[in-house]
Amino acid sequence: MDRPPVKRHHGLVRLAHWLNAIFLVGMVASGLQIYAAFPHFGPRGAPYPVPNPWAGESFPEWARLGGWLAGGLNWHFALAWPFVITGGVYLGFLAFSGEWRPLLFRLRDVRPAIDMQLYYLRLRREHPPQGKHNALQKAAYTGIVVLGAISVLSGFAIYKPVQLSWLTALFGGYELARYWHFVTVWIFVGFTLLHVGLVLLVDPASLRGMITGWYRGRFPSHD
Amino acid sequence: MTDRGGVSRRDFLRLGIAAGPASLVAACGWDGGATLEPRLRAFGRINDWVGEKIFLSRSRLAPGYPASARTAERLFPAYSITYNQKRVYPEPPSGWELEVGGLVRSPARLTLEMLGGLPPVSYTVKHHCVEGWTAIGTWTGVPVSVVAELVRPLPEARYLRFDSFDSGYSNGWDLASAMHPQTILAYAYNDRPLTRERGAPLRLYSPVKLGYKLTKYVTTLSFTRERHGGYWEDQGYPWLAGV
Repeated sequence: MDRPPVKRHHGLVRLAHWLNAIFLVGMVASGLQIYAAFPHFGPRGAPYPVPNPWAGESFPEWARLGGWLAGGLNWHFALAWPFVITGGVYLGFLAFSGEWRPLLFRLRDVRPAIDMQLYYLRLRREHPPQGKHNALQKAAYTGIVVLGAISVLSGFAIYKPVQLSWLTALFGGYELARYWHFVTVWIFVGFTLLHVGLVLLVDPASLRGMITGWYRGRFPSHD
Repeated sequence: MTDRGGVSRRDFLRLGIAAGPASLVAACGWDGGATLEPRLRAFGRINDWVGEKIFLSRSRLAPGYPASARTAERLFPAYSITYNQKRVYPEPPSGWELEVGGLVRSPARLTLEMLGGLPPVSYTVKHHCVEGWTAIGTWTGVPVSVVAELVRPLPEARYLRFDSFDSGYSNGWDLASAMHPQTILAYAYNDRPLTRERGAPLRLYSPVKLGYKLTKYVTTLSFTRERHGGYWEDQGYPWLAGV
C-alpha cells in the first residue's frame, strides 16, 4: 500500500526545527547548571511558597552544561543568540509564506480539538477530518511558539531586571520571573516527551517528513 | 557490502544516530574545553557590548525601596576572597587612603573624612547576585562621577579599574556604568559605617551591576585605556554584568 509522497515541510522549517532542538537542549542544560548556584525562588532567606520539587537540589551532572556557574552562563548567553534567531527566522517564514494558516490554533478549532481528544480517548470511533494538522496539533504548535516567546521574555526579564524593569514587573518581579523562566523548562520537556512519543507511536512517517520534506504516512491532508 | 567487517550500512547509520545524543550527553558538565571555552568567553564580548550600548541607560535609576523592605543583615551574604581562604576578613592597611589616578589630570589621595565631606547619595535598592539571589539594603556614599570630576579624567580614559586589599580582588568597569548616578563609593550600609565583612572602610556599590562587580575594600581607582578584567571575570564570569 504505497501512498504517493506529499510535500510537507519547507527546507527552512525543517532546518529551524532541528537547529531549535539542539539549541533548546543546550539552553535547558546550561540553565540547569545556572540553577544549581541558588536552587530556590524568592529573596534571600524568604523563599516563595511556589511549587518546586527541586528546591535545594542540583540536577545530575549529565543534565547540566557548563561545569560551573560561569561556564553555564557563558553557554546560556551564547546559545541564546542562535536560539532566538532561529525562532525569529521560523516565525518570519511562517508569516511571509502563509504557512501559519494550518498551524495557528483559532477559536474555531476548539470543537475539533475536543473531537480529536475524544478520538484519542477511544470515546469516538472515527478520526475527525483534518487539514495538514489536526486541531490538537494546532494547539500544540501554537502553544509551543507562545511558550518559546515566554521563555525568551522571562529570560530578558532576569537578565536585565533594572534596564528592562517594565518587563520584569510584567512577570511579577525578578524573583518570580526567574521562577516562570524555570517553569517554561518543564513545559518544554513535557512537550518534547509528548511530541516525540506521539511521532513514534502514532505517525512515525512524520519523522521522515520532518527530515526529507516528503510525507508518506497515513494522515494525508483531508483538504 | 553488508558482510564486510560485520558492520552493515544500517548498523553504521544506527551508530551515527546514537552518537549524536551520546556525544551531547558526554558534553554536559563541560565548560567547552580548551577549544570552545575561550570562544564562548570571546563571544561574551558581544553581550558586553550589547549590554553597555543598547540596554544600559545612563540616567535610568534602579527603583528604591522603603527601609522596611531591607533584608535582615544576617540573611544578606557577605564574603571576601581573604575570608574564603583564611576565615578572617581583610584588615585595612594603616593610613588607608583612596588613591585615584591613572589617566587623569590631577591624581588625588582621599581620606574617609574627605569622602564624607562630599555630597552623599543614599538609596535602598535590590542587590542582584550572579547566583540568582537578591537582597535589599541601604547604601550611602559618594558617586564615582563626583570623584571623577575632582581628578578630571583625560579623553583617552575609556575604562575604570578598582583594586582592593582583599587578596588581589579587582574589577574593570565600563565608564558608562561607573558614571551612572547610582554608582557610589559607599562607606555606610543600613545607616551605619561599613563593617569589616561589608568591605570597610570603602566599597563600590551600584544597583546596575551584579554583586561581583562591586569591589569591596577598595584601595585604588584608576582610569585606564585598556579594559581590565577582574578576579572573577578573568576566571570566565561575564565582564559587563549589568542588570
